Amino acid sequence: MFILKLLFKNAFRRKLRTFLTLLSIAIAIMAFGLLRTVVSAWYSGVEASSASRLITRNAVSLIFPLPLAYKDRIRQVEGVTQVSYGNWFGGIYIDRKNFFPNFAVEPKTYLDLYPELILSPEQRRAFLRDRKGAVAGKALAEKFKWKVGDLIPLQGTIFPGNWEFVLRGIYRGRDENVDETQFFFHWDYLNETLRKTFPSRADRVGFYMIGVDHPNNSPIVVQVIDRTFKNSLAETLTETEKAFTLSFISMSEAIIVAIQIVSFVVIGIIVAVVANTMSMAARERTWEYAVLKTLGFGGWHIAGLLLGESLLITLVGCGLGMGLTFPAAYLFRKMVPLYLPVFQVEDETLFLGLLASLGVGVLASLAPAWRAIHVRIADGLRRVG
Amino acid sequence: MPSIVEVQKVSKSYRRGGRRVPVLEDINLDIQEGEFLALMGPSGSGKSTLLNLIAGLDQVDGGTIRVGGVDITALSETHLAAWRATHVGFIFQFYNLIPVLTAFENVELPLLLTGLSRGERREHVELALRVVNLEARMDHRPPQLSGGEQQRVAIARAIVTDPTILVADEPTGDLDRVSAEEVLNLMERLNRESTKTIIMVTHDPRAAKKAGVTRHLDKGLLNDVHSQAPV
Repeated sequence: MFILKLLFKNAFRRKLRTFLTLLSIAIAIMAFGLLRTVVSAWYSGVEASSASRLITRNAVSLIFPLPLAYKDRIRQVEGVTQVSYGNWFGGIYIDRKNFFPNFAVEPKTYLDLYPELILSPEQRRAFLRDRKGAVAGKALAEKFKWKVGDLIPLQGTIFPGNWEFVLRGIYRGRDENVDETQFFFHWDYLNETLRKTFPSRADRVGFYMIGVDHPNNSPIVVQVIDRTFKNSLAETLTETEKAFTLSFISMSEAIIVAIQIVSFVVIGIIVAVVANTMSMAARERTWEYAVLKTLGFGGWHIAGLLLGESLLITLVGCGLGMGLTFPAAYLFRKMVPLYLPVFQVEDETLFLGLLASLGVGVLASLAPAWRAIHVRIADGLRRVG
Repeated sequence: MPSIVEVQKVSKSYRRGGRRVPVLEDINLDIQEGEFLALMGPSGSGKSTLLNLIAGLDQVDGGTIRVGGVDITALSETHLAAWRATHVGFIFQFYNLIPVLTAFENVELPLLLTGLSRGERREHVELALRVVNLEARMDHRPPQLSGGEQQRVAIARAIVTDPTILVADEPTGDLDRVSAEEVLNLMERLNRESTKTIIMVTHDPRAAKKAGVTRHLDKGLLNDVHSQAPV
């Protein structure tokens, strides 16, 4: 109790310096938390992906389509329970800056295959009934203030023309990892229009989404599907949903690595700030350490006092920083709702922040503790007066 | 009376700019139990160095120092720290109290190493503060106390573990005349009533007069003994 009291009194002896140090740590921990959350948000699609879903696409590239006729042959593969299909539509809503992911999908199988998209039974029925119907995620609808029944115009890019959809439903995610910024509509609507405008592009799908009976069967199903279409005009590449999502993320891996490096640079900066504070404190108190040694306290007692003070400062700063991370993440999510749709501060991020703070506390106290341990009593006392 | 401190052929030098500067040479000194010794001498004569060596704050270059029968020159740094905690009480010129701690907490500091319970520590601290007549100011921090009061707190801290010897380095050097007198009277009372062995370094002849024995150090050599009746 005495020692704890002494640690507190020492830590807050120079109030302004300690306050500024705490502020630096809090801001750095908040920045660390936000950067780590950005990385987590990037991987949220991977987290949300199901182990019992596969994606089949053209083996050459995702931009090359597959024949619609593959659907029935895939359905016959043992272990396959559900087959859906779709196309990346890439439509623009009013302006390019209003980007959100939009797809044409086979609606019934798609909703069956993705039970994490929660849609009320009435809205589901209304969507399935209306060939020009569409469904948007809750975050997307909120962003553009859409209501069920609104007419949503999209300007086609991959599929030229002006397209109009009637919003028939607004889904919400089953949990926080589900992206609520997607927009999807009937693949048949797209296909029928293409039959009239670009007949050569009709009856072709961008990818198949396949449900398997058990995740353990996925490797065999993958092999069988790809073998089935071997040496055809459109060979397939089938992979788990997780692998498929990761392949997208790997395209931006350099950015993620850069963010991760910056997050650790931030920690390095706190080490320097706290080490500077501790060094100044230790230098000012050299005579006090000499007095303590005179009274019989050993070098390790003094090192313990410095370590304790350093840990106290970093942990208080860390607590403040973590407290700030949540409102900061909330504001961040509000500002860019469509680019990083799942932006949640994870427990792992908080744990890493705490671990980093402990590390900072220890590292920052090493040099001053070493000096305090080795100061000669006579030299330390000489500084008095 | 038996000798409580035996200094035999002690020498000490410091290195300054690659040059060896001798401070003490072949010093012999016996201090009896219950003696109040004043060490006097001009600046740089080595009196503080000798005091530091007797208190186990510094290492000798040669010779031995025995305190209470223990050869402290043979102790390791760790053992020496433990020995100081129980055998030596220190009084410094500038009091050297920890500014963020109260008078009570400053006096309690040396007891943290003793393994006493909180209640036992409280009893010891209150007794020590009663001896120096500062019980009423135990919750004050050093900046809230006068110089004389701070030095009395330092004396309470020095005696709280009931050490074998008390060492004082210019204890009145930073005090006005009245406060200095109070502090010296207190030290004299401790010597007389509790038969505490006190070794005091001082420049002040008035302070030296309070001591039973005065020794003079000059150019690293110890001169004759001058005994006087306590004033």
